[in-house]
Amino acid sequence: MAVPSDIQTTFLLGRLDWNAIPQDPIVWATGVVVAIGGAGLLWMLHKYRLWSYLWHEWFTTVDHKKIGIMYVVLALVMFVRGFADAIMMRLQQAIAFGGSEGYLNSHHYDQIFSAHGVIMIFFVAMPFVTGLMNYVVPLQIGARDVSFPFLNNLSFWMTVGGAVLVMMSLFVGEFAQTGWLAFPPLSGIGYSPYVGVDYYIWGLQVAGVGTTLSGINLLVTIIKMRAPGMTMMRMPIFTWTSLCTNILIVASFPVLTATLVLLTLDRYVGTNFFTNDLGGNAMMYVNLIWIWGHPEVYILILPLFGVYSEVVATFTGKRLFGYTSMVYATVCITILSYLVWLHHFFTMGSGASVNSFFGITTMIISVPTGAKIFNWLFTMYRSRIRFELPMMWTIAFMLTFVIGGMTGVLLAVPPADFVLHNSLFLVAHFHNVIIGGVLFGLFAAVYYWWPKAFGFRLDPWWGKVSFWFWVVGFWTAFAPLYILGLMGVTRRVRVFDDPSLQIWFVIAAFGAVLIAIGIAAMFIQFGVSIARRDQLRDETGDPWDGRTLEWATSSPPPAYNFAFTPVSHGLDTWWDMKRYGQTRPRAAYVPIHMPRNTGTGVIIAGLSTICGFALVWYIWWLAALAFAGIVVASILHTFNYARDYHIPAEEVRATEDARDRQLASAGV
Amino acid sequence: MFDMGHGIYLNVNLKASPSEQLRKSRGQRGHHHMKHPFKHLLWLAPIMLLAGCEAVVLRPSGDIAARQANLLVQSTLLMLIIIIPVMALTVWFAWRYRATNKQASYDPDWDHSTKLELVIWAIPLLIIVCLGALTWVGTHLLDPYRPLDRISAEKPIEDEQPLQVQVVAMDWKWLFIYPEQGIASVNELAVPVDRPVEFTLTSTSVMNAFYIPAMAGMIYAMPGMQTTLNGVFNHPGEYQGLASHYSGHGFSGMRFKAHALDGAGFDTWVAEAADSGEALDRARYLELEKPSENVAPQAFAQVDPQLFSRVVNMCVEEGRMCMAEMMAYDAQGGLGLPGIANVAALTDPGRGTPRPILGLPPFQVTGICTVEELNEMLASADQAERPARRDLTPMRGQGLEAPQGILGRNLIPNRLTQSTPPSGADQNL
Repeated sequence: MAVPSDIQTTFLLGRLDWNAIPQDPIVWATGVVVAIGGAGLLWMLHKYRLWSYLWHEWFTTVDHKKIGIMYVVLALVMFVRGFADAIMMRLQQAIAFGGSEGYLNSHHYDQIFSAHGVIMIFFVAMPFVTGLMNYVVPLQIGARDVSFPFLNNLSFWMTVGGAVLVMMSLFVGEFAQTGWLAFPPLSGIGYSPYVGVDYYIWGLQVAGVGTTLSGINLLVTIIKMRAPGMTMMRMPIFTWTSLCTNILIVASFPVLTATLVLLTLDRYVGTNFFTNDLGGNAMMYVNLIWIWGHPEVYILILPLFGVYSEVVATFTGKRLFGYTSMVYATVCITILSYLVWLHHFFTMGSGASVNSFFGITTMIISVPTGAKIFNWLFTMYRSRIRFELPMMWTIAFMLTFVIGGMTGVLLAVPPADFVLHNSLFLVAHFHNVIIGGVLFGLFAAVYYWWPKAFGFRLDPWWGKVSFWFWVVGFWTAFAPLYILGLMGVTRRVRVFDDPSLQIWFVIAAFGAVLIAIGIAAMFIQFGVSIARRDQLRDETGDPWDGRTLEWATSSPPPAYNFAFTPVSHGLDTWWDMKRYGQTRPRAAYVPIHMPRNTGTGVIIAGLSTICGFALVWYIWWLAALAFAGIVVASILHTFNYARDYHIPAEEVRATEDARDRQLASAGV
Repeated sequence: MFDMGHGIYLNVNLKASPSEQLRKSRGQRGHHHMKHPFKHLLWLAPIMLLAGCEAVVLRPSGDIAARQANLLVQSTLLMLIIIIPVMALTVWFAWRYRATNKQASYDPDWDHSTKLELVIWAIPLLIIVCLGALTWVGTHLLDPYRPLDRISAEKPIEDEQPLQVQVVAMDWKWLFIYPEQGIASVNELAVPVDRPVEFTLTSTSVMNAFYIPAMAGMIYAMPGMQTTLNGVFNHPGEYQGLASHYSGHGFSGMRFKAHALDGAGFDTWVAEAADSGEALDRARYLELEKPSENVAPQAFAQVDPQLFSRVVNMCVEEGRMCMAEMMAYDAQGGLGLPGIANVAALTDPGRGTPRPILGLPPFQVTGICTVEELNEMLASADQAERPARRDLTPMRGQGLEAPQGILGRNLIPNRLTQSTPPSGADQNL
């Protein structure tokens, strides 16, 4: 009789040993590059004595603007990693024909597509969107900060902690080879006994705490901290979509957390929630994860719908058409997003009535979404459109997203889904909506709000280079995938044997190269713009002739955002202020009450990351120690009474006077 | 028949030139053409043009897949009614109202029109109502569980039982059992043309999905569960079959050839398999089940008629309680305290059941039987595979009383409720 082989562990290091270092030349080379780059970065920080600056001004900050910027930086760093995964997959699939195994073995390839999905959703799109909401929402509603500034800092660092765990899996151990949603039984201890899935679980759990807390924070901020006069139906559309997104986050991320806890119990203590036998039911996991997963899709896209609304209204110089129907459409989508999860697995074998129900609810979502598209369209009607970069991205979005929406509705027709599910058509569809909807919107947002955040515009020439490479590259990369899907080619395949398919994969790989150039142009653009910031400087604080309150303050805004809380008398508050010649109050400044920086967020998140790492490797003493550390740090933080301060009235006056001089020199 | 086609697994028609195909297709579907007004537009659909004639999903060989493709094209056309105007308007407005065009009118405060808003909500809604109706009907007609209602557009169904094929997704190969023919094959499927096929599917280890794009849509194959897929091939040929749900390391190699043969060809294929001489019993199955990649096609002559039912019920190993039986006991309230100890160490822990770091060693629930039956069973099993009982005290496992109903009758027949073995096989496992 075969004896179940126990997992070998030692007390000190759990199951961590030298075998954890991957024996793969590609990983080795990456490791060397990262090590050299990291060492160089650390040396630069040391040489220019930036540690203290970073710690005091950024890492410990509770300022929503700085936290927002840090979120976006995290997203951009992780985006480079996620894109590297993408281009490796495209290369593998372009060459693995005619008996060739390509250059990636299945152990490596399977990790790459799993990591690509996890990173792009959880550590690129989520932090990018959260960062954007963090930066813009308090400014748009005329607030000084979010409701819980310390919690905001903690949320950010927890997200970083999750990202660190996922990145660590590249060099220590392995990442999950299960796909980005880690369906059991494959993700169970039986079929994935090593650390990959544990990295996945703890990475997402640590980051998930951050996401949930940030959702609560922004939700409370929008409900409780709006400027006087700003009723719900006077909120800017971006704030509305952020509100709906945060409702979705608060209501759906606990489902993900609970689902992953059940999977953790299966893996660590041998429960049978999702196992094959002894009463386990893997279909339950698939349902639960998509009950989180579908709202997640709308968590990502809704804020960008808000961005497009702001951008269209601003660059057409016109009120947004159908504000009220836009709000109701957003709320409809929020509610409907909970009624469609089953369309992700029509092919699991539910009955025809269940499948039709979920297919039809899915199609119904396209009605409010279609209404939104028409609203943007009719905002453009009888307008004066300035084709600055944010507007270009918006037009590209409108043309790209409708195709993605159409293929999405197509996939919602169950009989069509039976032939397209898990195919490259599906892969093309969700990249069409996530790149064409979420990413294009994020780029529009970066170009739109960059001058607000840093006080100078981004160089338009490099922006246009990036735009065209991105848009053309996107279609070159993903149109072949639609076609391959119709040729019956499914996803996550590593080697092919039909030579007639190869040309399409080669075209797709070429598209990925175009996108790579687009990304490079964007980073060059950031560098060029920073170097030329004096020529690109915006003194007015309102470079686009904006409509909402964030443009009422200086660029970058002072720590307190507004010296006096503005009062809203209708939609497009700042537009009205400009129209009626309302000026800022310039006297009777009072001290401003502000939250004080704290390092507790960094400490708690650091301990959480260590705890997660220890749990991945079964280093129990370290996990217990780190957990105890989290509890102690949390309790100690409650005794920190030095958590606020006042900006003296003189300092406010000095800042506002400087702003006056700046406006005068800009001729406003 | 085994080496037919040499690597060409798309529809043989595809080797014909596009014009020939066009003619053939029209010829074959002339009757159908009259019924579906969209049908002649099939050739106009832009995706069709892009994908050319290799798009097996749009030009399949089986009636079910063809109807799924029709629905796909119809839905696309329906949506293009709104998508094309929206895209055209976007480009037109963007051009017309560019800031440099001072001729265009400018109305910065125009932000509402009730009539227009009614229209922009109503048009998508109307299209969705149409699409919803199409979906409801199509989903029910093309439900994979539904027995076929026709062979093809031209051929009504005759009074013929569908061919039964039992499919087991393994790591990483497909096992096809033909219960009527008493044969089985690995990574090779053959079915007669124009005869309905009913696949019943399960898996041994992880989730998978079974997909022959040219025949019918895909369906999941899941361990401990059974799904069903009905389909038919209308044209002879060799087609690609594949695993379409990622299942681990050997996933890419889980491809197989699906042969659609005429009646005589199918009989030959069955006879060749029957001549292969190797039997597939429970022991051989457990050997076959072990993970392997890129497995060459293989045939088995005799198959244990209960094998598939045992796979679905996860009791291929000797001495293991079948799922259906376990569920029936549980539905009756379980076995009480003795039931807790009615477990043994796993017969074959293998892949799928290592010991969790903080948990108990993996175990299995042993079947309930009389002492005589157990002894007989143990005697017949291979010594090496004999389950080691964890607790050897009496009344634990063997000889345990099955729960009684309120009238004192044993309400639970010791047989499968989840998956009935084909007629002729012993109904008790």
